[in-house]
Amino acid sequence: MNKAFTKIFTIFWKDMLTEFRTREIIISVLVFALLVLVIFSFAFGTGADMTEMTAPGILWVALTFGGIIGLTRTFAVEKENSRLEGLMLCPVDRAVIYWGKLAGSFTFMLAVAVVVTPIFLALFNLPIFLPRLALVIVLALIGFASVGTLFSALAVNTRARDIMLPILFLPVVVPVIVSAVKATVTVLAGAPWGDMLTWLQIMIAFDIIYLVAATLVFEFVVEE
Amino acid sequence: MDKDIPTSSTWAVEARGIEKTFGEMRALRGIDLTVSRGECLVIFGPNGAGKTTLLKILSTLIKPSAGSVRLDDIDIRDKPAQIRRRISLVGNQTFLYDNLTVFENLKFYGKMYDVADLEKRIREVVSWVQLESRLHDRAGTLSRGLQQRASFARAVLHDPSILFLDEPDVGLDPHASAMVSEILESINSGSRTVVMTTHNLEQGLELGDSIIILDRGRVIYEASRQELSGADFRQIYNQYTETGR
Repeated sequence: MNKAFTKIFTIFWKDMLTEFRTREIIISVLVFALLVLVIFSFAFGTGADMTEMTAPGILWVALTFGGIIGLTRTFAVEKENSRLEGLMLCPVDRAVIYWGKLAGSFTFMLAVAVVVTPIFLALFNLPIFLPRLALVIVLALIGFASVGTLFSALAVNTRARDIMLPILFLPVVVPVIVSAVKATVTVLAGAPWGDMLTWLQIMIAFDIIYLVAATLVFEFVVEE
Repeated sequence: MDKDIPTSSTWAVEARGIEKTFGEMRALRGIDLTVSRGECLVIFGPNGAGKTTLLKILSTLIKPSAGSVRLDDIDIRDKPAQIRRRISLVGNQTFLYDNLTVFENLKFYGKMYDVADLEKRIREVVSWVQLESRLHDRAGTLSRGLQQRASFARAVLHDPSILFLDEPDVGLDPHASAMVSEILESINSGSRTVVMTTHNLEQGLELGDSIIILDRGRVIYEASRQELSGADFRQIYNQYTETGR
């Protein structure tokens, strides 16, 4: 078990180091997400009434579609120079490769959220310190990253991978997106914990389902 | 490929009835081959003959549609992770990450293979491919020939007993190709089993203990080095690959 964790971390560290050197994923996702925030904030305005109605949706449009841009690169980098074959030749379970790549995808998305969310809160005149929103973001990003990493591996072998990934990804993560938006509405409205509990439970349930299912089917996705 | 030896444990590589289909296309049509431990088998064949597909199956990257493969007497379907620890593959793609240095690339693969005393081992393999001076350069900044040498270092890092080489000198200039040839000569000097595909008849004949010619997914010719001595292999190759069409 320890060896598996070491190898997951090795793959994760390799992705971090590569991204630190190129900044390919972070910069493109960040620019896209910030553009979405700014454009929507001008389009809908930032008044208190509009904020309650539109702000949660705007945040999740930015994070979801920005995330898709990052996820398309998750396995594209392994496809170049046949690196995926190099990984597949390593004496590890395919699930180890999945979890290593998943850890990288989740961290990139979280890094973008850490920058984008405070800007979003400032743009819409909302309090900056919202720990419950952080929880919602973490749970939603686990769901996104778990499904996105799997479909990124699937889409990378198709010719139109940039189109294929959103087509596969979005319908599957709808329950998480809807739950994240609804939970964000309750957080921004200052409603009590009890009001968002159902949405949190839905997100946790789907995260578990996605993680288990993706771990089991990843082997079939990357082979052949 | 000595077919007289009866026990399967003699073989480092033993493939029986390998078939592979991609949709309607039959890439391999019942390949049987055996390679003794420490032997070098060279596979020749025109483009599209199925050489790469065969190597991918032997190296566990893809599953055959039919047939079985045993490496070091272990069925690759039973213990794939155990098998992968004993094998390595060098193709014309290097599997290296351009934005990591040669050292970081080797460290990454070394950790994935649980190589003991990794830094010492990296120094050994880098010295073997004469890449010490470029160890801390990013792989993407190296020439194609140097990248291929780094790829050989990656491949032998975990000291595999079976090495698969898929046209390792494709795309190299004559100087780089000569350096790769030197590496190839030394790679098979020990007890390591090598299975190599190539279009380079001279190089293949020099390295191979036995050779096969593959065409349209079938083995159409096989011979040992002794059987070929004095024969004009280019003529044989042209004759057989023409016949196969």
